[in-house]
Amino acid sequence: MTEHYQTIIRDGLWKNNPALVQLLGLCPLLAVSNTVVNGLGLGLATILTLVASNGLVSLFRHHIPDEARLPVFVMIIASIVTVIELSMNAWFHELYLILGIFIPLIVTNCAITGRAEAFAARNPVGPALVDGLMMGIGFTAILVLLGAMREIIGQGTLFSEAHLMFGESARYFKVIVIDDYRGFLMALLPPGAFIGLGLIVALKNVIDAKQVTKTVQTTVASPAIVENQ
Amino acid sequence: MALFKLTPPYLSGTNRVTDHMVQLLLALLPAIIALTIFFGPGVLINIVLAVVLALVTEAVMLKCRHRPLKPFLTDGSAIVTAVLLAIALPPLSPWWLTAVGIIFAIVFAKHLYGGLGYNPFNPAMVAYVLLLISFPVEMTRWLPVAELNNIDITFTTAVQIIFTEQSPYQLAVDAISGATPLDVMKTQTGLQQTPDIIQQNSAFGLLAGQGWQWVNIWVAIGGLFLLYRKVINWHIPTAMLAGLATISLVTWLISPATTASPLFHLFSGGTMLGAFFIATDPVTAATTLKGRLIYGAGIGLLTYIIRVWGGYPDGIAFAVLLMNMLVPLIDDVTQPRVYGAKR
Repeated sequence: MTEHYQTIIRDGLWKNNPALVQLLGLCPLLAVSNTVVNGLGLGLATILTLVASNGLVSLFRHHIPDEARLPVFVMIIASIVTVIELSMNAWFHELYLILGIFIPLIVTNCAITGRAEAFAARNPVGPALVDGLMMGIGFTAILVLLGAMREIIGQGTLFSEAHLMFGESARYFKVIVIDDYRGFLMALLPPGAFIGLGLIVALKNVIDAKQVTKTVQTTVASPAIVENQ
Repeated sequence: MALFKLTPPYLSGTNRVTDHMVQLLLALLPAIIALTIFFGPGVLINIVLAVVLALVTEAVMLKCRHRPLKPFLTDGSAIVTAVLLAIALPPLSPWWLTAVGIIFAIVFAKHLYGGLGYNPFNPAMVAYVLLLISFPVEMTRWLPVAELNNIDITFTTAVQIIFTEQSPYQLAVDAISGATPLDVMKTQTGLQQTPDIIQQNSAFGLLAGQGWQWVNIWVAIGGLFLLYRKVINWHIPTAMLAGLATISLVTWLISPATTASPLFHLFSGGTMLGAFFIATDPVTAATTLKGRLIYGAGIGLLTYIIRVWGGYPDGIAFAVLLMNMLVPLIDDVTQPRVYGAKR
């Protein structure tokens, strides 16, 4: 059983990462990753949604008619997102204003429907919750990484406007990475998001390729076979 | 009577890519000379800087991609990209502007797509658009042409401005730079001035902007040399100039009080450079004969649309990239019929 959970964790964070491998949920990923704080805000909302929707779908999996499963999934996800949207509006109002349409749009994030369909609908509640959490963390990690890349290149700072999320005292979280920076507008515009995500995916592929050669080298003694790989 | 018995191959070829690129560079010489005369030695410094950076970036990328250095470095394609970008940038633009543009052109627009021959977009124009949308202030610091400019910019001043961004007294770039004729035309027609009155301004000459008209003529001379040497075909430049001339003629005839004459558009900004040197890039242009006509005319039309109704004074770069996107479709639709085969 623990091995099963390990696979789920590894899948969510790396091997089947929704942003890097499945390339799901690109619309919010690309649209709100212009700063770390925006990325983190939307990431956390997505984690909450994923865990809750995976849990609920898994709980009701025996009662959901197969023919009507997608509308049911969407209803469940939409209810959860509505709760999150209203809470964010109440407690993180400024961040809510910045993220704007992308919070209600979490409903259409295909990573969430994808997990409900591919995992939660056929697994018990425990694994489904872990899967939702791990997929959510994997998605958020990429969102934050992309946000950091775009924020540094685009405006030379990190964690700017952190007070939107963590309250007034967090105003000083802002790190000025490059002094007297003129700003590189394209990194903050949509093309910057596409190029940035492309680079992160490429980086993941390089790391994976390195790992494959390493395992091959350690398991196969003969170098001749390695060359033929 | 003796018959010549010819067996293929009929032509002994040299390295065609290098040949092509060398001819292009030769044909760019008049343009470079004209730009230097009108805008000072900053143009030359930009070119040298861009070429050096392009070769270094190209070498690094080839190394990363495990490709042989020599054939790709000596084919001249990186140099052509560098020169085209450098002469499209404002003459006293800071060194980092050129650097960002060149690195983006070579790394992202060229090598990430697979290198020379695989890039769907013209690298120089990708870099130009990147810089234009990222650094609008630096990218619009064109100088007025030398005849209108009392200040003589020496070589050392140009070096100083480009590399340190510090200008000697009275030569602050913001103080000596000014709107290009296309920019003047755009803002003034926006203020309900008629082109006739705008063109009486001292910044305008017989055809178009003072200086700019000559730059365009010199570029066109280089382009005619390319046509004469059969480095490029007539289809794309002709179609592009015809497209631009046709739409500007139509709107000018309908409403001469609000739109500039076709001559103004033909000899302004980057028209000739675009027609002969940028749109004709063999990698990114359409390949079928009919396709080339459509592609060129599309660039001409889009350039005019962006110049007159768009947000930027000149639209060559955007027009070329937009048409580059359509090239696979154009080539597919205009596939010539194989003899004997049915459609």
